[in-house]
Amino acid sequence: MSVHKNSMLVDPLVDNNPITLQVLGICSALAVTSSLKVAFVMAISVTLVTAFSNLFISLIRNHIPNNIRIIAQMVIIASLVILVDQVLKAYAFEISKTLSVFVGLIITNCIVMGRAEAYAMKNPPLASLLDGIGNGLGYSLILMLVGVVRELFGSGSLFGITILKTVNNGGWYVPNGMLLLPPSAFFIIGLIIWAFRTWKPDQVEARDFSIIEQEGGH
Amino acid sequence: MPEATDKKLGPWGRFLAMPADNPVKTVIVAVALCLFCSMIVSAAAVALRPVQEQNKVLDKRRNILQVAGLFEPGVNVNEVFNEKVEPRLVDIETGTFSDAADPTTYDQREAANDPARSIDLQNDPAGIGRQAKLASVYLIRNDAGDIDKIILPVHGYGLWSTMFGFVALKADGNEVAGFQFYEQGETPGLGAEVDNPRWRAQWPGKKIYGEDGNVEIAVTKTPATPATQDYHIDSLAGATLTSRGVDNLIHFWMGEQGFKRFLDNLKEGTV
Repeated sequence: MSVHKNSMLVDPLVDNNPITLQVLGICSALAVTSSLKVAFVMAISVTLVTAFSNLFISLIRNHIPNNIRIIAQMVIIASLVILVDQVLKAYAFEISKTLSVFVGLIITNCIVMGRAEAYAMKNPPLASLLDGIGNGLGYSLILMLVGVVRELFGSGSLFGITILKTVNNGGWYVPNGMLLLPPSAFFIIGLIIWAFRTWKPDQVEARDFSIIEQEGGH
Repeated sequence: MPEATDKKLGPWGRFLAMPADNPVKTVIVAVALCLFCSMIVSAAAVALRPVQEQNKVLDKRRNILQVAGLFEPGVNVNEVFNEKVEPRLVDIETGTFSDAADPTTYDQREAANDPARSIDLQNDPAGIGRQAKLASVYLIRNDAGDIDKIILPVHGYGLWSTMFGFVALKADGNEVAGFQFYEQGETPGLGAEVDNPRWRAQWPGKKIYGEDGNVEIAVTKTPATPATQDYHIDSLAGATLTSRGVDNLIHFWMGEQGFKRFLDNLKEGTV
C-alpha cells in the first residue's frame, strides 16, 4: 500500500505528468512563467487547490448528485481559489498584483477539474489528496523548468538574483527578449514534451488513424 | 423492520442513506454546499480585509514615493512617507486647499461614490462618472520648506478598467517629474504596458501646459515634431484604447475640471 501511495505522488511528475502527458493546464503555464518567483507562487497555489479540492470532493463524493456534479465541484474549487487569492492579497501583495488574474483562472485550470472528475469522484479521500498533491507537483515541476529557462535566458536572473549580468546593467549577456513573451513557453513546453517522450517512448500517443498509402499515384 | 432501521439511523442517517440522485437530496446538497462554501469565503474575506487594506495603503504610499523619486528599495515606506510627504485636500471647484476632512484618512474613491460629496460629471472624457469634490494631493517640500513637487492623483477609464495613478509635477506646476499607475486591469502585455518603466520614462521632463495655458501634453501615435516634442508621449503599440484612455484622463485631470485651477492658484500664491 505504501508503495502504491508513493507512486501516486511520483507518477504525475514524469510518467503521468498533467502538462506533458495529459497536456492540461497549458494556458497558465504560458502566462506565469516569465519570472520564477511568480511561477513558484502559482505552483504552490495550484498544488494546494488541486490537493484540497480533491480531498473535499472525495469526502462528499457519494452524496454529490450526479446531475449537478460538475457544478458542485466548481463550487468547491472556486471557493478554494478565492481563499488562495485572499490569502495572497493579504500576505504576498506584490506577487498577487501580477498574479491575481491568473489565480482567478485556476478555477478553470483543466488539471483541477480533470483530477476532480477523473479521480476524486471515484476514490477515497486520502488517495484523492495524494493524487491532487502529485498532480499539483507535476504541474509545478514543468512550471519551474519553464520558469528557469525563461527567467535565466530572458532576464539573466533566477528568483530575481542576477546570474548572467545583462548588457543593460553593464554586463556581457544579451538577453533573449522573446523568452519573456508568452509564445516562448510554447516552444519550451514542446521541447520538454519531446524530451520526455524520447526518454519514455511509451508516452507517445497512438495515432488516431493511419495514413493510407495512395495506390497507383505518381 | 425497515421502520426500526429508520429509527436507528435518525434523520441524519436517513438523509445520508438516500440515493444521491434523489431530487430532494439534490436540492439539499446543493444548498448546503453553497451555504458552507460561501460562509468560508466570506469569513476569509472579512478576516483578511484589515491586512489587505494595510497592504493597499502601503502600496499607494510606495507609489507616491516612487513617482516623487523618493523611493529606494529597502526603505521603510511609512517612515519616509510620514517624514517627507504632506497630504492635503484640494477643493476641485475652487482650486484651494480645504480643511473639510482629515487628509490622512480621506478616501477619495469612497467620496466619489457619495452623491453628497461628489459631482455628477456631464462632460466626462475620462469616463469616471462621478468626481469627488475634494481631491487628495501630496506635497513634497525641499529643505527650505518650499514646495518641491506636487503629486496629483489621476484616474480614468482605459480599455476595460479604471486606471488609478499619480502625476508628479515640479514646483512650477507644469513640468512632469513622474507619472505612474498603481492600479489598472488592462490587457497584460499590451495595455498593461502602461506600467512598463521604459514607457513611463518618457514622462519626466515633459510639459503639461503650453504657452497659452492649455493642456498641450498628448499621448499620440504621430511622431513628435520640434514644436510638440516637449508635450509628446508616444502611445503604446497594440494598445490604442488604453493610450487614448491615458490621454483623456491626463487632459481631464490637468484641465479646468481637474487640477488646473489649483495649479494656477498655487502659482499665484492664492491657495
